[in-house]
Amino acid sequence: MSLALIAALPFLGALLPGLMIRAGRNACAIAAGSATLLALTGLLLHAPAVFRGEVLHTRIAWLPQLGLDANFVLDGLGLLFAGLILGIGLLIILYARFYLAKSDPMGQFYTYLMLFQGAMTGIVLSDNILLLLIFWELTSLSSFLLIGYWKHLPEGRQGARMALTVTGMGGLAMIAGMLILGQIAGSYDLSVILTKGPEIQASEWYLTALVLILLGCFTKSAQFPFHFWLPHAMAAPTPVSAYLHSATMVKAGLFLMARLWPVLAGTEEWFALVASAGLITMVLGAVIGLYKNDLKALLAFSTVSHLGLITMLLGFGTEAAAVVAVFHIINHATFKAALFMAAGIVDHEAHTRDIRRLGGLRRLMPVTFAIVAVAALSMAGIPPLNGFLSKEMMLEEAFETVWFGLPWLLPALATLGATFSVAYSFRLVAHVFLGPVRDDYPHRPHDPGFGMWAAPAFLAGLVVLIGLLPMTLTGDLVRVVAGAVTGGTAYVNIYHWHGFVPALFMSLAAVGGGLVLLGLHGPLARAWDNAPRPEAKVIFDAIVEPAARLARGFTDALHDGAFTRYAAIFTVAVVAAGAWAFAGGGHVPGARETTPVTPVPAVGWLLLVTCAALLATMHRDRLVSLVLIGVVGLTVALTFAYFSAPDLALTQILVEVATVVLMLLALNFLPKRTPVESSGVRRLRDGAIAAAAGLGAAALAYALMLRDFAFPTISDYHLANAKDLGGGTNVVNVILVDFRGYDTYGEILVLAIGALVIFALTEALLRGPAARRLLARVPDQAKAGDRHPMMLVVATRLALPFVLMVGIYLFLRGHNEPGGGFIAGLLVAIGVLIQYMASGLAWAEARQRADWHAVIAVGALIAAAGGIGSFLADRPFLTSSFGYVTIPPFEKFELATAMVFDLGVFLVVVGVVLLILSSLSRIGIRAGETVNVAPMDIDPSAPRGKER
Amino acid sequence: MNHWIIVPVLLPAVTAALIVLAMRSDIELARVFSVAANALLLPVAGALLWAASTGDPQVYFLGNWPAPFGIVLVLDRLSALMVGLTAAMSLMVQLYAMGSGWDARGRHFHALWQFQLMGVNGAFLTGDAFNLFVFFEILLIASYGLMIHAGGGARVRAGVQYVAYNLLGSTLFLFALATLYGVTGTLNIADMAGRVAELPEGDAALLRVGAVLLLLVFAVKGALVPLQFWLPATYARAPGPVAALFAIMTKVGAYAVIRFYTLVFPPDTPATGGLYADLILPAALATLAIGMIGVLGAATVGRLAAFAAVGSMGTLFLAVAPATPQATAAALYYLVHSTLAGALLFLVADLVIARRGSGTLAEVRPPLAQGGMIAALWFAAGIATAGMPPLSGFLGKLLVLDALAGRPDTGLLWAAILVTSLIAIVGFARAGSTLFWKAHEGGAAPEALPPVRALPVVAAVALIGMIALQTVLAGPIMDWLAATAEQVHDGSAYVAANRLTYGED
Repeated sequence: MSLALIAALPFLGALLPGLMIRAGRNACAIAAGSATLLALTGLLLHAPAVFRGEVLHTRIAWLPQLGLDANFVLDGLGLLFAGLILGIGLLIILYARFYLAKSDPMGQFYTYLMLFQGAMTGIVLSDNILLLLIFWELTSLSSFLLIGYWKHLPEGRQGARMALTVTGMGGLAMIAGMLILGQIAGSYDLSVILTKGPEIQASEWYLTALVLILLGCFTKSAQFPFHFWLPHAMAAPTPVSAYLHSATMVKAGLFLMARLWPVLAGTEEWFALVASAGLITMVLGAVIGLYKNDLKALLAFSTVSHLGLITMLLGFGTEAAAVVAVFHIINHATFKAALFMAAGIVDHEAHTRDIRRLGGLRRLMPVTFAIVAVAALSMAGIPPLNGFLSKEMMLEEAFETVWFGLPWLLPALATLGATFSVAYSFRLVAHVFLGPVRDDYPHRPHDPGFGMWAAPAFLAGLVVLIGLLPMTLTGDLVRVVAGAVTGGTAYVNIYHWHGFVPALFMSLAAVGGGLVLLGLHGPLARAWDNAPRPEAKVIFDAIVEPAARLARGFTDALHDGAFTRYAAIFTVAVVAAGAWAFAGGGHVPGARETTPVTPVPAVGWLLLVTCAALLATMHRDRLVSLVLIGVVGLTVALTFAYFSAPDLALTQILVEVATVVLMLLALNFLPKRTPVESSGVRRLRDGAIAAAAGLGAAALAYALMLRDFAFPTISDYHLANAKDLGGGTNVVNVILVDFRGYDTYGEILVLAIGALVIFALTEALLRGPAARRLLARVPDQAKAGDRHPMMLVVATRLALPFVLMVGIYLFLRGHNEPGGGFIAGLLVAIGVLIQYMASGLAWAEARQRADWHAVIAVGALIAAAGGIGSFLADRPFLTSSFGYVTIPPFEKFELATAMVFDLGVFLVVVGVVLLILSSLSRIGIRAGETVNVAPMDIDPSAPRGKER
Repeated sequence: MNHWIIVPVLLPAVTAALIVLAMRSDIELARVFSVAANALLLPVAGALLWAASTGDPQVYFLGNWPAPFGIVLVLDRLSALMVGLTAAMSLMVQLYAMGSGWDARGRHFHALWQFQLMGVNGAFLTGDAFNLFVFFEILLIASYGLMIHAGGGARVRAGVQYVAYNLLGSTLFLFALATLYGVTGTLNIADMAGRVAELPEGDAALLRVGAVLLLLVFAVKGALVPLQFWLPATYARAPGPVAALFAIMTKVGAYAVIRFYTLVFPPDTPATGGLYADLILPAALATLAIGMIGVLGAATVGRLAAFAAVGSMGTLFLAVAPATPQATAAALYYLVHSTLAGALLFLVADLVIARRGSGTLAEVRPPLAQGGMIAALWFAAGIATAGMPPLSGFLGKLLVLDALAGRPDTGLLWAAILVTSLIAIVGFARAGSTLFWKAHEGGAAPEALPPVRALPVVAAVALIGMIALQTVLAGPIMDWLAATAEQVHDGSAYVAANRLTYGED
């Protein structure tokens, strides 16, 4: 079976449980089990080849540009771990089927479990470190889901988040480490990297990469100082603890250290970091474990301790130590998984895991007792069980290793760790199973059915068998695996009797010491409970919770919704960046002559400055602001006229008129003054910022106007060719409808969209709660006595046909004289607009026949059609052609296809202004604006104050 | 004459006008035509992608005027990619909008949607700096309308700030264009590139001002710190599907930066030199940090998604800053990913809010009906956004990290990306735990609600499918993007396609 398929099978299998749960819990478990079994079978079929010393590969190109490929490899190390993952996985699936309650969503559980299994299998089979990273992170994610499986338990949620945070952090550090490793080796393929040991260890980046990778390994394998998350992850259902936190996930870090052993190990840094962390973890975990009263917590810390032991062995960097490490990995997986499952059984049957509430279960649960006894004795290192064998070998290695220059220190500490290990193992047996039967269990326990104890019993059987026949059962395996770890051929010889060597005495001391510790457990535990010590969860919470609060405070303070501040930051950023950019480049001031100051521009300039200054001081009065803005706009229009740009001047005047009138109308529904919201200091600051921006803009304009173009500009072309190629003498119009007609097409659509948005907003406003406020509004100014002065009414009504005629005239002559669709459209719209002003919204609205939506849409379509028409001549969008025709009795005149486009512009502009107008008047009409029937709203002849 | 180039602009424009004309009071009719038009964009975009991949850039001379005197559209690999991405993503989001009923909660949704597409496509396709401004206006004003769709006090208030802030941006755009035109005398981007390269030394300072102002305009769009302030409230308050569509809007900013940075102001230009890199890099770092810290500190689901959008722009701009073909290819891969992931996150956030009745993360509410499915979608969206495996975000992040290797500041950049990833992971885990796990604490049963309608879920799943596809096909996609980055950085084909003429024509 392809290695990729073996890794993929659990993922495929993850799809099944969610569906098969509909067919029942057995079907669900069988589905998950089948996929696992299939993968395990595929793996075992490769076993003979691996034992022959072959290394199998499967390569699938994925992202070769990055060096990330789906390359898989199977050697001894991979075989052992994949076998553990899939084999124990199978047992866990069996066990979980009986462990989970009816109310637990089993489909979800098996899905998560299979995802996790796939991720783990992927890690141990990866031949590409980037691929390995992917699986690595996947284990973090899937274990997050598994730990938080009982979502109603706060411990589960917090444990899950803590595990994700810590292992996620390690994973991210490892990304950096792996990338560095790959950069040094020139490849991300393990097969290549493993051959580059000398280069890697000689690289100046070696230590960085090592630390980063070890961060990943230590967090995953719960090594000091990252050991604290593992006990909290025990809130997970017991099958999860047994699988993830004893047999597989926590071994991922060990796996990786073993995998990279040939390139990373053997240096002083490696020894200092790995062996020390392992040693500290081993001792610390064992000490803490002894004082835990929760069965699973005890086992969790014992796991931490044993992982430390293996880490320490790998850290020694010698081949012999690596052999021991491999052997202990196998042994630990067997006895610890069995213990976890047994703990789950006790919890399941007695409804508690608190050791203080247990005891005397020996008679009530004989099968469970047998399993726990065998496994725990193995954990304590009692001969002839397998735990004894690897512990003896470990002590032997420890004895030969010098730490910090002190030959006695490491053996002493190792013995200390072993002592506590013995103590908690014995305590597990003694305090849970021995002693008198109690009558206050939360639930009267008895042995569970075969389905539940089959898996741990099988493992306990292995413990005994390996213990009795180590070489027969595991000799070859250890040899192959250790060979894969060290990259050579390992010498393996496992036997019970080593003679009277130091390790034997250390071992004896540990057992004796352990018994003493157990005997003194009562007083020691009281002392321990009273001793101050750092509590990991408290520290973790003290980091994460304030960090989250800080993040929220920072974010909310920064984005506090104060627009003036946002705008101030914007302006400062723009001015600063602009000034910085200017300072960084050469500047030769332009040499153009400045024109002399004559009265007309001077007056205009004064007007602009005055208006701007007044606006800054009087802007709280909205009506005054509007007037001032109008003055500015008209002055700009005059400026255009002064500089001979009649088109622009016309447009500007009309736009000013239309917008000021529309804004007046909108102002009708708003308070007339804006409240004071900023302090004087703030205003001063904002004033300074505004002044800087204004001066910057002026300086920029001045610098630009003073200099000549270094290149011919495109407007020279427009001036030269408007008549001959564009068919018009009014260059501005030819630019608008022809040279850059596409821009105009876009801009009229901007107007159209704007009108649609205003309409939609009005609609939303009138339907929403704001409508009540708006409609109940009491005008803050007295009503005029004659809202609709008769003179104005008559004048505007008379003016309408003339305005329309002028509009058409301006439209037609646009191509050659000032005018065109835009200007004409504005003029016509203003013609109607003044009817609203003079005769009232309701009166004018009642006489509207046109649907301004349709006018806008038709205009947009005509404009588009005018452009698309040129497709027929196989010319691009908006290509115009023109000709001169004579239709009696008129003189010869020009017809240009651009006029079709300009007609569209005309219609859109008319429609836009009037749709906005009618949207705003709808508010007024809803607010009670009535159609006036009399020329005046009040009767001047009536007594004072009486309205008509 | 390849008229297909302008179809991505004209098709939505004409559809929008037709919807306004004939379908404005019939939402079903509008839906049919709007979806049909959006679906039609897909094959058109596909054809353009094919044309761009198999040949040199093509130029469409509007009004048949020669460049640089008229306006041109330029189809190259990059613009084709952006148009294709827009078409594919917006179709899914549109289906969501219909399925969730958002489109019927106000007026003119579909017309504005089409105009929005027109604006975005036009911005991607244009080869003219001023025309880019015009299409920025189109996409902005349409987005104003979509943002305040369905009204409501908080939304309109956020909308006003959005409008006001972007008006500042638009004003700045005009300053930038005036400065650049004042120095180079042209608006055609290819022409501008040539003139910038030959600019007399005495004009360098003014050119640099123009270049920086332009960058700041795009930075507003791309939510680069310190010009990101408009984004969080806008995205958090906008209707879900609209916020999802906006995932492409920030990318318009990124696209424009890539276009101008590589073509007009490349690092080897004497006048501008490292100007862009010097500004983009620190800004991108700050953006990344503020965005991901915001994810951790978000008080609502909407703000979480919004800050995730900010953070992703930080990562994207980090890859834009070096302006090497490798980094640009990585940036483009991440750009595609973050567009899809961003859209997905906003859709899922909307599903959560619709089911839960509130997006607040400060209080625990009863479990959601069908919470399992929504939780799974949230998980996928979180993984995609935080850049965790197995989705393309992780690959994108690896590509970006790889592209940033071997620089003097590599350590800082890597640390920034990785640490912020962790912050984002914690943020997503906390939020998900509050939304989906804590709710079960009291043992309360989910409120009986009718099942979620199929269409919104299908749309979200389809986005996940697209992300998965981007993951699985990463190899071929990166080949294509590498060629795209080469073309973008070379620029000569782009300029040549414009057939610039200066004589009397």
